[in-house]
Amino acid sequence: MSVASSLPHDAARLHVTGAARYIDDIPTPKGCLHLAFGMSPVARGRITAMDLDAVRAAPGVVAVLTAEDMPFENDVSPSNHDEPLLAEGEVFYVGQPVFAVVAASHLAARKAAKLGQVNYEELEAILTVDQAMAANSRFEEGPRVYSKGDAAAALAKAPQVIEGSFEIGGQEHFYLEGQAALALPQEGGDMVVMSSTQHPTEIQHKVAEALGVPMHGVRVETRRMGGGFGGKESQGNHLAVACAVAARATGKPCKMRYDRDDDMVITGKRHDFRVTYRAGIDAEGRVLAVDFVHYARCGWAQDLSLPVADRAMLHADNAYLLDNIRIESHRLKTHTQSATAYRGFGGPQGMIGIERVMDHAAHVLGMDPVELRRRNYYAEAADGGPSAPRSAAPTPPEDILDPRKHVEYASRGSVSEVSQPGVPAAPKGAQTTPYGMEVEDFILHGLTDRLLETSDYAARRAAVAEWNASHRLVKKGIAFSPVKFGISFTLTHLNQAGALVHVYQDGSVHLNHGGTEMGQGLFQKVAQVAAARFGIGLEMVKITATDTGKVPNTSATAASSGSDLNGMAVKAACDTIRDRIAAFLAEQHQSEPAEVRFEGGRVHVGSESYAFAEAVERAYVGRVSLSATGYYKTPKVAWDRIKGQGRPFFYFAYGAAVTEVAVDVLTGENRILRADVLHDAGASLNPALDIGQVEGGYVQGAGWLTTEELVWDGKGRLRTHAPSTYKIPACSDRPEVFNVALWDGANREETIYRSKAVGEPPFMLGISAFLALSDAVAACGPHYPALNAPATAEEVWRAIGRARDGV
Amino acid sequence: MDITFLLNGETVVLNGVAPTTTLLDWLREERGLTGTKEGCNEGDCGACTVMVTDESGPRALNACILFLPQLHGRAVRTVEGVSGPDGTLHPVQQAMVEHHGSQCGFCTPGFIMSMATAHARGATDHDDQLAGNLCRCTGYAPIIRAARSAEGTPVPEWMADEVPGSTPPAPTASGPWMPASTDELATIYAAHPEAVLVAGATDVGLWVTKALRELDEVIFLGRCDDLKAVEVTEASIRFGAMVDMNTVRATLAPLFPSYGEMIRRYGSTQVRNAATIGGNIANGSPIGDNPPALIALGATLHLRKGEIRRDLPIEDYFLDYGKQDRAPGEFVEAVTIPRQTDRLKCYKLSKRFDQDISAVCGCFNVTIEDGTVRAARIAFGGMAGVPKRAAAVEAALVGQPWTEATVAAAQAAFDHDFTPMSDMRASAGYRLASAKAMLARYLAEDMGEGASVLEVRA
Repeated sequence: MSVASSLPHDAARLHVTGAARYIDDIPTPKGCLHLAFGMSPVARGRITAMDLDAVRAAPGVVAVLTAEDMPFENDVSPSNHDEPLLAEGEVFYVGQPVFAVVAASHLAARKAAKLGQVNYEELEAILTVDQAMAANSRFEEGPRVYSKGDAAAALAKAPQVIEGSFEIGGQEHFYLEGQAALALPQEGGDMVVMSSTQHPTEIQHKVAEALGVPMHGVRVETRRMGGGFGGKESQGNHLAVACAVAARATGKPCKMRYDRDDDMVITGKRHDFRVTYRAGIDAEGRVLAVDFVHYARCGWAQDLSLPVADRAMLHADNAYLLDNIRIESHRLKTHTQSATAYRGFGGPQGMIGIERVMDHAAHVLGMDPVELRRRNYYAEAADGGPSAPRSAAPTPPEDILDPRKHVEYASRGSVSEVSQPGVPAAPKGAQTTPYGMEVEDFILHGLTDRLLETSDYAARRAAVAEWNASHRLVKKGIAFSPVKFGISFTLTHLNQAGALVHVYQDGSVHLNHGGTEMGQGLFQKVAQVAAARFGIGLEMVKITATDTGKVPNTSATAASSGSDLNGMAVKAACDTIRDRIAAFLAEQHQSEPAEVRFEGGRVHVGSESYAFAEAVERAYVGRVSLSATGYYKTPKVAWDRIKGQGRPFFYFAYGAAVTEVAVDVLTGENRILRADVLHDAGASLNPALDIGQVEGGYVQGAGWLTTEELVWDGKGRLRTHAPSTYKIPACSDRPEVFNVALWDGANREETIYRSKAVGEPPFMLGISAFLALSDAVAACGPHYPALNAPATAEEVWRAIGRARDGV
Repeated sequence: MDITFLLNGETVVLNGVAPTTTLLDWLREERGLTGTKEGCNEGDCGACTVMVTDESGPRALNACILFLPQLHGRAVRTVEGVSGPDGTLHPVQQAMVEHHGSQCGFCTPGFIMSMATAHARGATDHDDQLAGNLCRCTGYAPIIRAARSAEGTPVPEWMADEVPGSTPPAPTASGPWMPASTDELATIYAAHPEAVLVAGATDVGLWVTKALRELDEVIFLGRCDDLKAVEVTEASIRFGAMVDMNTVRATLAPLFPSYGEMIRRYGSTQVRNAATIGGNIANGSPIGDNPPALIALGATLHLRKGEIRRDLPIEDYFLDYGKQDRAPGEFVEAVTIPRQTDRLKCYKLSKRFDQDISAVCGCFNVTIEDGTVRAARIAFGGMAGVPKRAAAVEAALVGQPWTEATVAAAQAAFDHDFTPMSDMRASAGYRLASAKAMLARYLAEDMGEGASVLEVRA
């Protein structure tokens, strides 16, 4: 059967031959024009004069657009309409698009964009957490607070209190393919947009708004992205809207792709956080209470910051049952790029907070950090079997259906626009998260046991101690960290998906769904589902580009939800067709539809057996519809983000890693020596692709916490805006010894073939590398290293100083 | 300029090409070969990697900072030209499919070209061969598995490229020029001292792709074969200015292993294939990695203008930030390193080990006799506006016993030699402290204490 097979990526052959097409590779019609933005050089200011004559006069320039040239909406925000495509009199960060050049070539547009004479009255910019807090510059009226138990009282009574504060840097997505869009004007004012986006529906919506047409006037197509990682959930809006507006104005196809430096300067990144903590612990290492404060630097516009910051709070417990916890979250507005979605969507920042507490507690108590963690784990799921279905989630609130409001319902950014449904409480006596969700599927006890064994943790920990006792200039460190990551969009209504399946007369299958392919292998996994439902080979299934004209109202391919949602929707569509064929054949053979079997490329009915194509042909001649839509909505989820109560997640995905590092005591240079990972992908749809997500996620997570440093100067200019200065992991940065395995359990919830989402969770396995560095630094002195992220060589060097001399 | 080269086995003749059109733009926009990708347009990500073959064999180069005239007389192979005519995959392509080496696929063509080039050369140091190819999806593990599995498989016959070779294009009065010898270069440059010299274009390329500069007069040095000479005698090692950095590495690694190791981490395979030692010196960057090593080795720089040649100790070439002792029309012809007992250690400190510009590059050449420091040549990149000798530190060492106490005393002298700056690569304080630490490391290594995280294993 195609499901559970380690098949290559569907486009692997196209990738290796250079034949896979990305936006900039699509042949364009004659006369295609190219766009580039003129950008703000100041972090905050008023535009006092704008002279674009030199731009207009530059070679190849066809048009120059400013905010005044926008025919309808001038907005690319995925949330609350606070993000003009082109600045309207004021600028709010260095790199903000101020005008757009439309020219005969990409290079001509870029050159002309440098010629704009724009004068600014510079205003004082708010750049840092401290400046934003002092100015009370924030989104929402005040901090969000989620809590469980009474953290203050428990802290007051705790035998020992540890406290600290640390910085967690942001992260540039560095998708290898930069943002790109191509708009092709159609008859009657319609527009077709090819976009490198994780969210075609939102592109469609924003383009329709900008063109003043209903959504049916815009069709968006996405075959693949050269990487997304969250950076193409909302950040492609600018290019698509600009191209569409320019195409409308000129009547020509218009294309835009950012040069890498422009991409890094213009687009949002992972939110950097400061996390402060006070934790009450006892002598046995139990965490009795924690009080967290999250300070998230959100940048100038709201974008997706509210749900990002929410998700950080929702992962402040990670794998630990905490009876008394309070999480206060400040969403700070600063004059920098608008921070956006990035793999984990706040989860990593929340999770590293509690892992820091565990690390600190183990250091203070002199306990083995793994043992301390296990003492705080949630209890293991009783049986591991499927849970009994509970009552269905409430229907979405009425105002979702009100078409008069221009709300980005298909965006995670609309959280603040949607009223909160009532949510059922967890059963009494259940172990619950800080937000009142029962943890029913916890498997980390068993998973941890196995990983410690396969990684030879105990012996290696002893060997590391021995090394450190006998080496002065290079210290080693080893650390374990677990992951429990919540799967579902926290904005409940996004947990839906559609699919469209056609079976042609020759038995070949055309497959379409709302998910987008960014390298994760979603298309292949979903094709495997379709092939399995029809009992046919994958060569009979054609995977086609995501297209808002085929499947409407899609959610972003985000929140790790791609396979869960679209796999189920495709299954539903396939089953509809299959059932029709079965009913038809059963009737012809006086058999029961339930007894018709689709397997091995054949359809078995009664004593007969037909090749699939033959069965299809018969059904066609018998006037059976061979096309169907499929639809799926995730059950059980219901969440009130204001109260911080409910079940935001259908289930949790788990994993754990052990990482060993070496640190240069003189300079702080450091290196990952070995990583062992055991990750829970449920009953994997494709183990090879899932392992690819785990390996890649680990390295990307480790990069976030080590070499990837975003540096802004005092004027708000990003100084690390190219790969020459922003260092993602290179080949030799991967762990030299890298053992990755999947935990072979089925999802207890009814997901597609009992698999689990795997896009984001492994990213957080990289936290073990950060903790291993902390462990190595701790071998340099008596004090707690209090490491900040990213742990660059310089930061590790500073931490060595703290370990030796105290803070 | 009129040029000829082979592209995927077919002869291409281009007339009147602009000197700064990049191979990448031409492939994608003119030729419709979109398999070669633009990831960064500055030679740092490798998505645009192509194979370029000349008399010395195939090499991986970044097409984004490779100007068309540089290809004259050479053979270029892109990802479209790696599979067989019947669609048979190259062994590295097949291995990448089988080992799940591609996810989003955007970096993949560049990896394929680096891997195919390494495969053709029989190179199996995969981490170094692929240090210039960034992948954001896979974490590299499956790519390395693929590279290993393709080791030793035969090179497909369709990959064989006859290097066309050719006479240089006919010179024109107003350039661009492509002199065929140093003498010819000297004449042209003396007559056109405002011209930009293009050696490997790893620096000048960015003037064009990032600063969007128009270059009026350009002289391409790639045809000056006599500038590519390496002469190793009992007395010295002389590199012509156009010797590429991989050749420098191969020459110096046996003589000065630490210098060789530093160059291993300098740029990437693609960058080192293009970058030249002369270019790295001539542009006067305070963060170039060759100058501190060459200063520590007491190298001599050979400059030439027309028929006039002069030599100077290399440290004297760097006058101030952005200012070198080079007259208009004068160019770097060669650099000579005196042969000596190897006491050189080069410490390259950067945010990432591979393919990263140094925050600090410290090079130490300290001679010890009978436990006493007899001589010291110590130089740094990244610590000042120029590559600079640590004169006060040297003075504090010479004549003193080679001990921790001496090193501790000499460390204080760094404050006299350097006032580094803070930037995105490192703070001033860290730069200074690291420079001091490097001296301690030199002593520790001398005393037999292993001190590099790169040599530690789990």
